[in-house]
Amino acid sequence: MNKTLKDLQPKESGKIAKVLGAGPTKRRLMDMGVVAGTEIYVEKKAPLGDPIEVKVRGYNLTLRQEDAKNIIME
Amino acid sequence: MAQNITIALAGNPNSGKTTLFNALTGARHSVGNWPGVTVEKKEGKVKYKDHNMIAVDLPGTYSLSPYSLEEMIARNYIVDESPDVVINIVDASNIERNLYLSMQLIELGKPVVLALNMMDMAEKRGYKINVEKLSESLGVPVVPIVATQKKGLKELLDKAVDIALKNIKYSPNQVNYGKDLEKKIEEAIQMLKTKTNISKYNLRWLALKVIEEDEVVMDLLNLKPSIQTQEELAVTGDELLDDYESLIADQRYQYVSSVIQKCIKKPKDAALTTSDKIDKVITNKWLGLPIFAGLMYFVFWFSINVGEIFLDMIDESFGALGEVAEASLEAAGSAEWLISLVVDGIIGGVGAVMTFLPQIAFLFVAISILEDSGYMARVAFIMDRAMRKIGLSGKAFIPMLIGFGCSVPAVMGTRTLEDEKDRLASILVVPFMSCGARAPIYILFAGIFFPQYTSTIVFALYVLGIIVAIFSALLFKKTLFKGEQTPFVMELPPYRFPTLGGTGISVLERVKGYLLRAGTVIFSASILIWFILGFNFTGMVDMEQSIGASIGNFMAPFFKPLGFGSWQAGISLITGLLAKEVVVSSMAVIYGLGEAVGEAAMEGDVMGMAGALKAAGFTGMSALSFMVFSLLYLPCVAVIGVIKKETNSWKWTWFSIVYTTLIAWIVSFVVYQVGSLLGF
Repeated sequence: MNKTLKDLQPKESGKIAKVLGAGPTKRRLMDMGVVAGTEIYVEKKAPLGDPIEVKVRGYNLTLRQEDAKNIIME
Repeated sequence: MAQNITIALAGNPNSGKTTLFNALTGARHSVGNWPGVTVEKKEGKVKYKDHNMIAVDLPGTYSLSPYSLEEMIARNYIVDESPDVVINIVDASNIERNLYLSMQLIELGKPVVLALNMMDMAEKRGYKINVEKLSESLGVPVVPIVATQKKGLKELLDKAVDIALKNIKYSPNQVNYGKDLEKKIEEAIQMLKTKTNISKYNLRWLALKVIEEDEVVMDLLNLKPSIQTQEELAVTGDELLDDYESLIADQRYQYVSSVIQKCIKKPKDAALTTSDKIDKVITNKWLGLPIFAGLMYFVFWFSINVGEIFLDMIDESFGALGEVAEASLEAAGSAEWLISLVVDGIIGGVGAVMTFLPQIAFLFVAISILEDSGYMARVAFIMDRAMRKIGLSGKAFIPMLIGFGCSVPAVMGTRTLEDEKDRLASILVVPFMSCGARAPIYILFAGIFFPQYTSTIVFALYVLGIIVAIFSALLFKKTLFKGEQTPFVMELPPYRFPTLGGTGISVLERVKGYLLRAGTVIFSASILIWFILGFNFTGMVDMEQSIGASIGNFMAPFFKPLGFGSWQAGISLITGLLAKEVVVSSMAVIYGLGEAVGEAAMEGDVMGMAGALKAAGFTGMSALSFMVFSLLYLPCVAVIGVIKKETNSWKWTWFSIVYTTLIAWIVSFVVYQVGSLLGF
């Protein structure tokens, strides 16, 4: 099993190896700079546990756990 | 010599496009700190030196893929309308992601000038940007500006004019996509040279789109997508085999990173910004939800109670105005019907609505502060999980909050939702969010029948609206709009301190809108109401024999089970379709006619209607039921119009009309009957 962004705990960071999936969500993630080779830092989880907030390329982004699952970490 | 130059303003959401647009054109468009404020392109004139320019503010986008309505609007404008120059606003404090769009804009082939906005913020965060080097690396002019302080605008316009008039050479550097991709691009360009209908496009851009298999471009060129759709790629199991779309995005970002490395010094370790610190508390695991609920309650408490301070003042001035008008008309020997029209009809009707202006204005102030500060995006973050439970994205919460101001911009705001089903469901539930125009009805009735609990009752009605919206969304998702979940990938912009100017502009805009309605729709409605309540086909009659009374009587049986089966209530609700505040105008005219305004001088008696309403058979329970019905029944004509426009379908428009009325009837029925059974 590959480690994914979903496995990262708040305050942990890592480098993206690959973004899986298809369709609009993947497209949007790529447009937002979530591509292979990017450093990503997990800021926190939302009060209800989902979505998560990450820091990437110097700004804050929120995405859902199920999409974080498709982001494979190095 | 005057020459028309068209400038398109393009950039990421939240990069300050609208602020720049306002600074350039002197226009006043409200700016919010959440993605997707500009959902339609706006035009404004700019006079600079001896040039007449037209500035076009495009919707903020992260990319130019045919992914959402806004991105298509922006891309189509640049490709089809061929502006003389594209000013690309780049948020310097968030430069890496912003440059990704810049690269795409440059690829489109239209001349681009980069406006490096928020340089002050970038410097504060420790970024050192070498502007000349950046301009050199990209091959496009770069002008640092601070749009909020109108700094650098002259230099920006100078450059834009120079580029547009070809006074300086424009030779942008292209992204190098690496050997394999460049070979494919070359092949595609050769293939495209055989096509005929593409002269207005930049060949390299079109080639890239062909490789990405961009749906719109493929359609244009009559090309079929290749065998490898992304789903098929996933099935092959070869995870390293990537589709070209991602490869292109990867390469573009790599190129951006290399540019950044050359031109920008980043701070060693990113210290916690003030924004981060604020966010730690506001979206905190334990505090996030209570803070949200508390803020919402405070907004209503604030607007109701602070607004009330001014309520009596306005009420009294309209009362006085009525007396003066009556006296002077009598002195001038005017006919009795004219006095009645002016005093009871116009001053009474418009005055009743104006009385609530302060409370509405304070509600606007609160909403505008929430928008400007960046809290709206956090609301989507906090609420996404809950919203998903009802089948909507957290983003759909933002139009709903806007709906507390007015349903019209709220329905338009649903454009930020990518998914069509999501959007439709949101459009259908947004009218249940209690808009500002409904507040006068609650304040009037709750103020008279529940004087001790006015703000609690008003808050409860807002909550009820939300509950009905949630229920409806669930119902729609289970029946009409079955389907998979929609994506939720959203930027959380840094918190900004709302500026007095910014908040002022958007509140002024909205208050102006309210006043304009009071001046036009409500003014005409007041005359109409006065007429239908004073006349029938035989001429001027007593109110009980008027056309209005007949219509009201006809409707009364429909409302009887809800506790307010009088013709007065019926006709008020019907006239409320023009604009919901008109319900109050009608009541003022109806009960004002019987009871001279100001005569029933009870403490806190709004327009002297307390006694009249009680005498007309309203009890606490039926007043509550009436408020509930007013909250939920079909939206005003303006909203119906915008629903038709946004759904582009009469079917859904009628659905909305019938559904809201049905729901209003059922909920009011339950409230009244259960309340009565319990002996209230």
